[in-house]
Amino acid sequence: MSSIEERVKKIVAEQLGVKEEDVQENASFVEDLGADSLDTVELVMALEEEFETEIPDEEAEKITTVKLAIDYIKENLQ
Amino acid sequence: MTDRVALVTGASRGIGRAIALALGKSGYTVVGTATSDAGAQSISEGLAAEGIKGQGMTLDVSSSESVDAVIKAIGEQYGAPAVLVNNAGITKDNIMMRMKDEEWFDVIDTNLNSLYRLSKACLRGMTKARWGRIINISSVVGAMGNAGQANYAAAKAGMDGFTRSLAREIGSRGITVNGIAPGFIDTDMTKKLGDDQRELLKAQIPLQRLGEPEEIAGVVVFLASDAGAYITGETIHVNGGMYMA
Repeated sequence: MSSIEERVKKIVAEQLGVKEEDVQENASFVEDLGADSLDTVELVMALEEEFETEIPDEEAEKITTVKLAIDYIKENLQ
Repeated sequence: MTDRVALVTGASRGIGRAIALALGKSGYTVVGTATSDAGAQSISEGLAAEGIKGQGMTLDVSSSESVDAVIKAIGEQYGAPAVLVNNAGITKDNIMMRMKDEEWFDVIDTNLNSLYRLSKACLRGMTKARWGRIINISSVVGAMGNAGQANYAAAKAGMDGFTRSLAREIGSRGITVNGIAPGFIDTDMTKKLGDDQRELLKAQIPLQRLGEPEEIAGVVVFLASDAGAYITGETIHVNGGMYMA
């Protein structure tokens, strides 16, 4: 079983069409990884599926970087 | 194609019923909605009589809770809708100086706010599938205006703006959004008009007759099909020539 960090990075890479090694923890989806607003919504949908959870809209809007995604999953799934 | 699900609101009679049957005959699983249980039952019977997979469901398009519950039920039973036809609509005609708040707000809520509720609820599934069709049934009145129908015309013109905006927003995900603007179609809604008014109307229509619900349904089937795949953000007028942009 891969770590939460690895699973999140893999999904980010798949969803945004970037290389996994470019998905640094401090990377912003929009500014660094070229996501548009629709991409970020889809990214959250993919995370919800991977981790079998529902992320409320008001929380989803705050998840703007790889690290914030990892932190959210860790806090809400452990 | 045959495993795709189409959701048609306001499908117990008139244009909606014709659309539900036409989509069913072209291979879709169809869920048609009505405001009453009796209406939903009649949709189920109509679909079954044609050997179409699907059923009627009770839905109040002016309630977000009702919309969410129906979308969830469809997802569990048949899979997420790939085609959404926003057809449910009402009229509460009155001249502006006599119009009641309730007549204004009810028409806007059922005809226009419902697009927001239904489309939002269906977009998740369509985005995931990278394929979807949203087809909004507006009206020639949205483009021409009509005395005594400021509420209805405002809602219908609003639908056309919604169509163009959403088409731009989600085109990149393989989802098209279009409108169909019927002219005067022979349904219960236009039967409310008196004979004199109907004759007067016919005189304004180059084809000299009212349209049939099936003549709207055929355009829906076309837009939903692969043949219509490159059309998005468009409102197609189907009115016998009574209004030409």
